[in-house]
Amino acid sequence: MFGLNKKDTSLLLVVAVLTLCAPFILNPFPTDSGMAQFNAGYPDLMQRFVIFGIFAVGFNILFGLTGYLSFGHAAFLGVGSYSAVWMFKLLSMNVLPAIILSVIVAGLFALLIGFVSLRRSGIYFSILTLAFAQMSFNLAYSVLTPITNGETGLQLTLDDPRILGVSATADGSIPVTSLFGLEMRSTYEMAVGGWNFQFSAGYYLCAIIMLISFYIAVRIFRSPFGLMLRAVKCNQNRMRYTGLNTRPYTLAAFVISGMYAGLAGGLMASMDPLAGAERMQWTASGEVVLMTILGGAGTLIGPVLGAGFIKYFENIFSKINDNVLHQWFSWLPDGLEDFVVFVIHPFIGKGWALTLGLLFMAVVIFLPGGLVEGGQRLRNVFSRDKAKDDGTHAPKSHPAE
Amino acid sequence: MSKMDVTRRGVLKTGAVAGGGLLLPTYLRAASHEGFTNAPTGDTVTLGFNVPQTGPYADEGADELRAFELAVEHLNGGGDGGMLQTFSSKALQGNGILGKKVQFVTGDTQTKSDAARASAKSMIEKDGAIMISGGSSSGVAVAVQGLCQEAGVIFMAGLTHSNDTTGKDKKANGFRHMFNAYMSAAALAPVLSKLYGNDRRAYHLTADYTWGWTQQESIQAATEALGWQTVNNVLTPLAATDFSSYIAPVLNSGADVLVLNHYGGNMINSLTAAVQFGLREKQVNGKNFEIVVPLYSELMAKGAGSNIKGIVGSQNWDWKLENQMGAAYAGTNAFVKSFGEKFGFPPSQAAQTCYAQTILYADAVARAGSFNPCAVVEALEGFEFDGLGNGKTLYRKDDHQCFKDVLVVRGAENPANEYELVEIVEVTPTEQVTYAPDHPMFAGGALGTCNPGA
Repeated sequence: MFGLNKKDTSLLLVVAVLTLCAPFILNPFPTDSGMAQFNAGYPDLMQRFVIFGIFAVGFNILFGLTGYLSFGHAAFLGVGSYSAVWMFKLLSMNVLPAIILSVIVAGLFALLIGFVSLRRSGIYFSILTLAFAQMSFNLAYSVLTPITNGETGLQLTLDDPRILGVSATADGSIPVTSLFGLEMRSTYEMAVGGWNFQFSAGYYLCAIIMLISFYIAVRIFRSPFGLMLRAVKCNQNRMRYTGLNTRPYTLAAFVISGMYAGLAGGLMASMDPLAGAERMQWTASGEVVLMTILGGAGTLIGPVLGAGFIKYFENIFSKINDNVLHQWFSWLPDGLEDFVVFVIHPFIGKGWALTLGLLFMAVVIFLPGGLVEGGQRLRNVFSRDKAKDDGTHAPKSHPAE
Repeated sequence: MSKMDVTRRGVLKTGAVAGGGLLLPTYLRAASHEGFTNAPTGDTVTLGFNVPQTGPYADEGADELRAFELAVEHLNGGGDGGMLQTFSSKALQGNGILGKKVQFVTGDTQTKSDAARASAKSMIEKDGAIMISGGSSSGVAVAVQGLCQEAGVIFMAGLTHSNDTTGKDKKANGFRHMFNAYMSAAALAPVLSKLYGNDRRAYHLTADYTWGWTQQESIQAATEALGWQTVNNVLTPLAATDFSSYIAPVLNSGADVLVLNHYGGNMINSLTAAVQFGLREKQVNGKNFEIVVPLYSELMAKGAGSNIKGIVGSQNWDWKLENQMGAAYAGTNAFVKSFGEKFGFPPSQAAQTCYAQTILYADAVARAGSFNPCAVVEALEGFEFDGLGNGKTLYRKDDHQCFKDVLVVRGAENPANEYELVEIVEVTPTEQVTYAPDHPMFAGGALGTCNPGA
């Protein structure tokens, strides 16, 4: 289907089912139970999962295929967000023009930065992109304050022109983002027994766009263009010696992944019309590198898994506080309860980054191929048993790239 | 070449999937709600406390959380009741809010607008919070206030001092108990004139975000009205930790007053740098070089240690207020007592404003008889109260800003103990810091109408 081979089609279908059923999958615990703390099926976090999924998938087109490690991808995300919010301020609250503009602006910006940065490779390329991103961050943070509103973040106000829409709704509030009248924040809630599933229009828009971007990424991975990019990763010098100019290919990959980042930024602003400068900071660029490596660089599904993993920790673990811990361990004797809470305390709440760091180290040390490799090992364990049964060797599985 | 065989079956399959995808939103759109966002259904009600647990304002955030915890305990009838005993409104019974037990969830704003909004959103969407409070940065407060307006929940601003929070970024669903930069400037100017004279040259270092900008603007306007000159204004990033490169140029600028529009960890670092550069021993234009920190707190005084001695600033509240300035500030001692008994040290102004905001919200719900945000807004607008530690206070209807007395304080020369690092110079009466709702520094925004959400 869709011009894909069987394996890729099934991968795409799995991703489609996972994203479209996310409100069920991410809400495994009844709302009233103590485990509800670990539910992630609320619109904002689900939106973040797929948006950062898009971001990471795009990053992987550059890093996974060509091996060029960009440390400045957050700049494109930020530029996308700013363009989208400006669109909401000037044109209308429809998300479509905003998303289109954010992709275009991020693409142009990537063309500019890529043109300069791709003159070098390896660590020099990383440093150049990092420098550009940090420069954009500082510009957004202070110099370009009239355009970006600095640290406070660019926000909508009641006196924005919005020439194709309204400055303020009839009851005097700022209009909300919508897709031809379908409000992004509208949510259908379904109560089944103790569960409360939330289906948000914004999430499904993001999910569908994510599926499309994922599909495009699959096609790029399988295309001759993708093959050329992989050849760049293998041995760029040899390609040059055969008389091939590699720069147009790497630049194209850079721009495409920049556009993915811009798309993610535009979607972020569409879900929540605010753009802050810290979206462009180097920590944000580092985050997408972590996502890709954590999930498995060069694989198709890896970056999406990595994005989900990191966002889950950021949003769920950071909200566990000592009160919650005391509730969990209240069955222990008093002294022991305090001790257990004291031991766990550094790893939760504001310590979520520590937990994430430890897990990241564990993954890099024990599963160098990321979460995807973990999944493959599990599958190998099962398929090996099967292989013994019918006495044949299981085919050696390749990364799903 | 890439595979692109178009088959009839392929087209049908593709069409079906794409059509399904397009139909889905239409199906979802059927959703609609009764009443208002997160209407409490069971026997509990959830409040969301969104404070910085990391970043330059982490100390303030920690103290705010303590205050919230205490306020919830008192609302549920635990402890000694704190300021509920002295509060002029008696609508709260100590049985939660409208008989529903109060629960709370906490989050980390990281002093970043994005992270703060993500955290507030998860409180609203996942935990069903009906009110969000907290924030130790005006940038964050403005961002979260906007979010709460959209989502249809009440935002009770915690520590936010920017004029914009109740100025150009004011929102119908947002309320601020804390004073603002304009009030600081209005209270400080006469004291500065008395202490340092009317012929001064000021150099401003300003945190580069909404609070810093408006505070600098307010102080500059107030001091220039005295006859001071403003030599320079340098914006510093909020995330900065080393200010020496910003302090060095002050030495040769010809200025004789340094105004630090910094707060929290920023101010501790910049003041320390200024003292290390020997600014305080310097003589410029035949006058002693002076440092002014317009917004002050006990927590900062503690962080800055002996560097803070003699430095003038303003505060929303101080724990010694009732003891030193009399019974007009009733509630202060009751609050300090219950806070001190629970945590072992006196509360900061951040704690007081967050505690007061929680009580004020609960009281407004109780008086309105409903959790509906619009009913709460109505109950809070124009509400006059006393007994929450600041004396007589008014929640002005025009901009949802509290009007009350402002404290001018100074770092104590010989502190009696580690909790008395700040001494009260004078209390500026409300009338002197009141301004018209359409004052130019606050113009440009509109409250809009209250939004009860879905």
